[in-house]
Amino acid sequence: MEVFVQQLINGLTLGSIYGLIAIGYTMVFGIIGMVNFAHGDVFMVSAFIALIFFLLLTTWLGVSSVAIALLIVLVLAMAMTALWGWTLERLAYRPLRGSFRLAPMISAIGVSIFLSNFVQVAQGARNKAVPPIISDVIVLFERDGYAVALSYKQIIIMAVTTVLLTAFWFVVRKTSLGRAQRACEQDRKMAALLGIDVDRTISLTFVLGAALAAVAGTMYFLYYGVVGFSDGFVPGVKAFTAAVLGGIGSLPGAVLGGLIIGLVETLWSAYFSIEYKDVAAFSILAIVLVFMPSGILGRPEVEKV
Amino acid sequence: MSAVMQQESARAPLLSIRGVKTYYGNIIALKGVDIDVNEGEIVTLIGANGAGKSTLMMTIFGSPRAREGTITYAGRDITRLPTHEIARLNIAQSPEGRRIFPRMTVYENLQMGAAINQFAHFDADLERVTVMFPRLKERLHQRGGTLSGGEQQMLAIARALMSRPKLLLLDEPSLGLAPLVVKQIFDVIRELNRKDGMTVFLVEQNAYHALKLAHRAYVMVTGAITLSGSGRELLENPQVQAAYLEGGR
Repeated sequence: MEVFVQQLINGLTLGSIYGLIAIGYTMVFGIIGMVNFAHGDVFMVSAFIALIFFLLLTTWLGVSSVAIALLIVLVLAMAMTALWGWTLERLAYRPLRGSFRLAPMISAIGVSIFLSNFVQVAQGARNKAVPPIISDVIVLFERDGYAVALSYKQIIIMAVTTVLLTAFWFVVRKTSLGRAQRACEQDRKMAALLGIDVDRTISLTFVLGAALAAVAGTMYFLYYGVVGFSDGFVPGVKAFTAAVLGGIGSLPGAVLGGLIIGLVETLWSAYFSIEYKDVAAFSILAIVLVFMPSGILGRPEVEKV
Repeated sequence: MSAVMQQESARAPLLSIRGVKTYYGNIIALKGVDIDVNEGEIVTLIGANGAGKSTLMMTIFGSPRAREGTITYAGRDITRLPTHEIARLNIAQSPEGRRIFPRMTVYENLQMGAAINQFAHFDADLERVTVMFPRLKERLHQRGGTLSGGEQQMLAIARALMSRPKLLLLDEPSLGLAPLVVKQIFDVIRELNRKDGMTVFLVEQNAYHALKLAHRAYVMVTGAITLSGSGRELLENPQVQAAYLEGGR
């Protein structure tokens, strides 16, 4: 029971990071039907940006309050990663629009390789670690010598995720920007007939996706305190899995999928074997897709017209 | 001199299509089309399935783009303008297949229609279109995809009206609708033209009603204009009667 509760907490923390990344996959797929294979590396880049700014603020500029430092880091990482997202779309994907379907995906694989190698060259191949940033925990309850703990880090990660997802949800649902975004997703040609600049809206989608990946990257950096140039791959693949599991194209699906993948992974690690946690996560995907081909909250391909 | 020029510009058509050729890949769909739509007119284009009527409607919006020829709107060459910029010149279209956003509510679909004028008079316009089509008022918070065909058609027209367009393009507004609804929609078009002076360019297969409504009309056969004249002239033309009105009423 204690182990279960503990793993539940760990799983939700990990899951919210996957969910944040998954939104970027699902939004881009929804609007241009492309799997952005570079998205995991954008996440990794954002974690590096967070690391660099954190060190800059705390060791060189002498910001003593960790909370303030983290807040500034989060905002800067979101802004800079958003700029990365915008630039990549302009350079690597937009020129290929109207080309054959696979062209932008191949370009995305190229971008992914470019980003991880760029970071490897610029930052070195070794993992970068910082001393634990926040190590306080709250002991929820204790039984038979096993303490169920909720760390401050986990609280921060879940709280930040919840707040930013709510803000993001508001943007997509209630603002005219979000409405234009959904319109382009549902019928690009009609959106253009109504005066919506489709290219600009697609840019905006990449910017939003990258900004959320940056939240995930900052949280990842905060949680593990270690980042490496190859850290984009596995979380990227898992987040993509989460997006497919939740139903690609569905925003709540992406978050739900992320939480499920996070929970499966941590519970499997606790009860069975940590070596096979990835196998478990991907097996769940395979099983769900057999019975629900369009994912949990996805809509079937065919729609009544 | 200046009075003459003013008169000249007043006589220039609002929309002028000259020698427009459109291709799908290597297949020619429009073979050099000339059409004028004057301000304040209802102009109808009739033709059989596959004649290129809808292609022309979309070519006006640059999607697909005309490979040859020019399209002039209010004295401005719009042939190469991006689609969304053409829309922002205050031309609206209720396109072929209605193209309702299926996962947006009726209200949101109407909001999309008002996007180009920043919702300046959204409430008044919403009131206006829901008086025109009371069914939409009942369905305001229902998703577009759940509406019936007729309701979707009403929504497509209402959405086009939300931007208060100067020129309204309607692609087969009567398609698949019950006769009573067709009559209602044609009444709305007539009223918009009479009361608000809205210029309307209408594509129809329902030739009888469309020709009765129109000030002027054109007939298109396989990508080219073969006949033109006033609505009445074409109604009485034996060729038109044989090809488009045979038992059609």
